[in-house]
Amino acid sequence: MIWVNDIIQGILLGGLYALFAAGLSLVFGVMRLVNLAHGDFSIMAAYIALVIVGSLKVNPFYTLLLVMIVMALFGYLIQRGLFNFAMDAGPMQAILATFGIAIIIQNLLLEGFTANSKGLDAGRIENAVITISDQVAIGWFPLTTLIVSVVVLFGLQLFLSRTRTGRAFRATADNQRAAQLMGIDNRHLYGMAMAFALAIVAIGGVFIGIRTTFNPSAGPLRLIFAYEAVIIGGLGSLWGTLVGGVVLGIAQVLGDHAQQGWGMLAGHLVFLAILAFRPQGLFAKQAQ
Amino acid sequence: MSLLELDDISTGYGSFQALFNISLKIEEGERHAIIGANGAGKSTLLRTICGLLRTAAEKVRFDGQPIGQMPPHKRVNLGIAYVPEGRWVFPSLTVHENLLVGAHTKRSGIWTVDRVYELFPLLSRLRQRQALSLSGGEQQALAIGRGLMANPRLLLLDEVSLGLAPVVVERIYSTMPAIASAGTTVLLVEQDVGQALTFADRVSCMLEGRLVLEGTPGEISQDQIVAAYFGV
Repeated sequence: MIWVNDIIQGILLGGLYALFAAGLSLVFGVMRLVNLAHGDFSIMAAYIALVIVGSLKVNPFYTLLLVMIVMALFGYLIQRGLFNFAMDAGPMQAILATFGIAIIIQNLLLEGFTANSKGLDAGRIENAVITISDQVAIGWFPLTTLIVSVVVLFGLQLFLSRTRTGRAFRATADNQRAAQLMGIDNRHLYGMAMAFALAIVAIGGVFIGIRTTFNPSAGPLRLIFAYEAVIIGGLGSLWGTLVGGVVLGIAQVLGDHAQQGWGMLAGHLVFLAILAFRPQGLFAKQAQ
Repeated sequence: MSLLELDDISTGYGSFQALFNISLKIEEGERHAIIGANGAGKSTLLRTICGLLRTAAEKVRFDGQPIGQMPPHKRVNLGIAYVPEGRWVFPSLTVHENLLVGAHTKRSGIWTVDRVYELFPLLSRLRQRQALSLSGGEQQALAIGRGLMANPRLLLLDEVSLGLAPVVVERIYSTMPAIASAGTTVLLVEQDVGQALTFADRVSCMLEGRLVLEGTPGEISQDQIVAAYFGV
């Protein structure tokens, strides 16, 4: 039964990873931009929540909407103001621009908040559990995380398939020049994609802040987990990011169970195995 | 004032010059065909009009407005739709979604999804299919239908017949009168001289980046066309 518990915990952890991976996958899908600042954006969101919690004395859950809006605006502006120009220069220049922004964010956070670890206190929900048996217990907070991530992915899917802007996203992902010929302003659309991605990763950042502690240099590890989830699930597949997150989560929990501290290693090994034996990922879109 | 005025356009790709001093006027409601051999610069000309290639602003005038520097998505808003060579349908979207994306600008006019399905009944049967799985002819029909969804004042068609079986070409050209009689000005580029002459009420011929012949199909002789086409 202890294994059942591990797998359940892994699935719940996967929900959190999917919140990081979804935005990464969206940005890569729509504009072929490898965003190396994605993890740092999530930590930045956690610090924004920290500031709001500190000044308004509210539960971090209540800051979510505001943090999402701030991050979405920031995403739109940095895309229109910087990344679009870097992308004009070439894919390598664009990657370097995101890398530079990642470094800048880390150092600004260090200046503003010191290197000390911080946490967001969400109160009783953090420790509340549903006890199923002696060995199986589901935490309310991890369960909430998974539910939120499923709702976000479902909402994103509806948006992409049902709305005019969502179709424009998919059309641009298919063929950017043809999309322009349909009257789609790609620069604005890229801004929108980054805004959506950062609104989603803002949820991930706040949740990570509630779940554990964070510090200014916590971003890159988030980025690595997000990339692993995207690649395990399959590039371009929305639900694949959830499956990828879940596979990664289970591997990490089982690894830690086998030997304390092996969790991250187990996650990386599963990722490498997928890369070696099924490089297109578990849920890759059919080849075009 | 003509709907489209090109004034002395010379352009190209990098150091390669593809167009030399092209001037051309297209009137509203006209069906104009540009013929010429492969590499004559026909597609380059259409790309200059739709905005994939930029030129000095006043060299391209649409309804009097200088648009030579305007990006493609803004030109669609003005009413210039380009159906590209190679079709460029959105492969992962369904036929229906492709048409809806064509209407992204929300320009009003007579063309709706239903009217396009009426024009191309074959698309109507395929509406939930991914565009990826369509045949070349079906993709071409979809590309034209998608262009019409923008309710353009000027429809640019690039090499409609390229790579298609003659019967398919015949079927697609049979829809042209319906498109033109809806009031849309059509400028098409074609290697298939026969189709072009049947369709158009004015014809231009390009040779090595220059306009070498212009007139109505009635007043141009077969010999003139051959001479202009091959440069002999």
